[in-house]
This record gives sequence, C-alpha cells and structure tokens, in this order.
Amino acid sequence: MVAREQFQIELDEIKKMVIELAHGAEKLLTEAVNALYNSDIELAKQVIAYDKQLDKKDFEINETAVLLIAKQQPVASDLRRLIVAIRISSDLERMADNAKNIAKSTIHLGEDHGIKIHNELKDMRDVALKMIDLSIKAYENEDITLAKKLAQLDDLVDGMYSKILTELLEETATNPQKIQHIMQMAFSGRYIERFGDHATNIGENIMYLVKGESFDLN
Amino acid sequence: MSVAMIDEKVEGEIVEKNSSIFKIEDFNLWYGTNQAIYGVNLSIPQNKITAVIGPSGCGKSTLLKTLNRMNDMIPGVRTSGQVMYNNQDIFRNKQMVEELRTQVGMVFQKPNPFPKSIYDNVAYGPRIHGIKKKKVLDEIVENSLKGAAIWDEVKDRLNQNAFSLSGGQQQRVCIARCLAIEPDVILMDEPTSALDPISTSKIEELIKELKNNYTIVIVTHNMQQAARISDKTAFMLNGELVEFTDTDRLFSNPKDKRTEDYITGRFG
Repeated sequence: MVAREQFQIELDEIKKMVIELAHGAEKLLTEAVNALYNSDIELAKQVIAYDKQLDKKDFEINETAVLLIAKQQPVASDLRRLIVAIRISSDLERMADNAKNIAKSTIHLGEDHGIKIHNELKDMRDVALKMIDLSIKAYENEDITLAKKLAQLDDLVDGMYSKILTELLEETATNPQKIQHIMQMAFSGRYIERFGDHATNIGENIMYLVKGESFDLN
Repeated sequence: MSVAMIDEKVEGEIVEKNSSIFKIEDFNLWYGTNQAIYGVNLSIPQNKITAVIGPSGCGKSTLLKTLNRMNDMIPGVRTSGQVMYNNQDIFRNKQMVEELRTQVGMVFQKPNPFPKSIYDNVAYGPRIHGIKKKKVLDEIVENSLKGAAIWDEVKDRLNQNAFSLSGGQQQRVCIARCLAIEPDVILMDEPTSALDPISTSKIEELIKELKNNYTIVIVTHNMQQAARISDKTAFMLNGELVEFTDTDRLFSNPKDKRTEDYITGRFG
C-alpha cells in the first residue's frame, strides 16, 4: 500500500521535527542558565533570537500534522501519533519560552548586579535537562518506563525550587535594596520549574500515545 | 472461535441483557466445502447502528445476509450454530422466511428500484401483504417517503418512473420501500458505495434518524462512514469476528492488533 507507506514516511518526518525541536529547547535552557551565571548579555540575546526559530518550528509541526490529519484521516495509534506530536511540540515551545524568560531576566539583571547566584539553580537546570533528555528518548522509543521516571525527577525539581525560594525570601530580609534582583532570581527558578512541568507533560503524552488513555504523572 | 459479546456497561450504564435484537451464537457457514464464517458470537443491540467492517471476502456481507436468510438462495450453503432473532432461532424449520424478511428489511449496494412509478415502488410491499385501499396505501407511501427523507423532493411527481431520479434519490426510495413494510431491522449492504459525497451524506443523516425507530446493521467498506454513523462496530477478518465494541473505542484504541492494522491501513 503505497499511500500508507508515504503516510508512514510523513509520520516519521514529523517525529524527527519534534525531536529537533526538543534538542533546540534543551540547548536553549543550557545556554540561558549559562548566560545567567556569567552575566553574559550577548548570549542572553542569542537565546531570545533562537527562541523565535523554535516558535517557527512549532508552527511548522502543527501545520504539517493538521495537513496530514486532513489528507490521511488517520485513526487509532496513527491519530494519536499526530495529536501527541502537536501536544509535545506545544510543550517544547513553552519550554523554550521559559528558557527565553531566563535570558530576559539575565538582561534585566545586567552585568554588575552584585548578587549571589545560587548554585542550586544550576543543579535544577541539570535535572531539568535530564528530564528533557529522558522525554526525547521516551518519545523516540515510545518507552513508557522512561516516561514514568519523569514524574520522579519533576518532584526533585519542585523540591529544589521550593528550597531556593525559601533562601531567596530570607535574602530579601537581609538585602532589601536588591529585592528587584532577587525577584529575577526567583523568577528564573520558577522558569526552570515550569520547564520540568512541561517535560512531565511530554511523559503523559507518551503514556497516552502508547496506552491510548490519559494519565496524570503529576 | 471468536467471542465478542456486547459490553454489559456502556458509559457507566447497565445495558439490559435483553436489549439485543439478534444473538448470534457459535455461527459457522460454508459455501460448499469452503467455510466463510468461523464460530461467530455477536449480539446486535436494538435501536442502535451496528457497522460491520473488514477487507473484501472477510465474510461481512455473508454475515449480514444470514440475518434475513438471504443466503438460503445460494446453492450449497450450510450453517451451524444459532442466530436468535427476538429469542427465536431463525433457522428453526417452522420459521417463515417471508415473515423474517418482512421484519428484517434490506437495502443493497446499488439502488435497485423497480421499473415502476415512485408510488408503486413504495406501495409494492404493502400491496403484496394485501393492502388494497388507496387511502391506506397513500398514507403508507407518504409516511415511508417522509421517513426516508425524500418526500419533499418527490411529492409532486409520485407517478414518475423511479429511474428518473438521481442515484441518491433512488436509494432513498429503496429505503422508503423497505420502511413501507414496517420492519424492525434494516440491513444495509454498502448502501452509499455507488453514491456521490452529497448523496452519501444525506443517506448517513437518514440512517442516524432511522435508528430511533429501527435497528440498523450496515456493512461498509468506508471506515470513516462506520466511524461517523455507528454506535457499535464489528471487525471481521478471514471469516472470524476479531473485535466487536463501541465504535468510539474501536477507532481510537482497538484491543486487537489486527483491528489496529486494518483501520490504520496497514493491510486490506
């Protein structure tokens, strides 16, 4: 059946596009946090520019998937593959937005903000990167065991965020003149935490893809 | 032997067990030495639309034609197992085939009106059943054509030959002809495969309306049609019933890999 072979090729192509977007979001978070730590305004600007490219990629995935649904009228697992590609793409776009927001905070802080950047933010970033890496592998291999692990890592990120927030709140008491800067740090923590939430959503989508039922990993 | 009985629970509601109009049990059918149907178990729910899908030669039309014993006309046909219609075996000797076919009407793939007027096509069945009074026949013809959603299109030309109508209109006249004998069940064998998309859409709308008063069993090659209009779908393959479940379920998350492969176009 030539038509279905072509359809399979197009499904594979969409999957490839989603994985590329995922690697883009991964790269964006890495660089956004690097820019924050190094007060690297130039790198932060590059992150913001790169986010625009990822927005386009998300749009492209949506367009391709909608067109395939219209042309091929897929059902069952084929339909789920397309729905899940659209949903995951949307989560990845939001993840990239969170990285972009960290870059905006970096620009807002400027080069000489003179406040301590908590190492825990970097640790959080590393766990969030592990989450996106796991979600890519889970999506590539339709592996629900990996998808389930995302929930545990998300709990870890949430715990780290809560700890950082407590410390930052204490800092506002001892360093009230820097409150604007401390708030930017808190926001950055929140952005990483949200990044992790979206990675967990990807896990839920993979569960739906494989099992055909909705799951709540949170 | 394939077993696929109606689910006892549909969206949390208990479906009464006696709501099945047909109950097919361990049914086998042979054309001479060739077995066409293998151990089918299936309960067809009343006032629902049940679709039967599957690749060519899977036995779906054979199964449909069994329900009003149309297969009796084919030489060398042999069956085993039971087909219960309203709790009575349709193969029991005293079962009157004519009576069964009055209660279980059929609409075919190609519109097959008689070479008569629209009126006479619809009045044909009632006349055979002894109704002669014009007033009664007029009423039956009008109600049947209304039931088949074609009254407004033909009411001013009832005496015209049915062949003068379009394919979609002819098919609706055939449905009206079927309704005129007041069946309980309407069997439809690919009723839209010879029609254009607009006519198909009209027939599909009509089928959905008909289920308020009739039980519909439809064989279709068009999977999207089965997905659009039916409540339950049966998937047959090589004479076996592979899966029978709610249509929503079958087209979103089928249980059997063969069903998944067929509906996603991996074979067939």
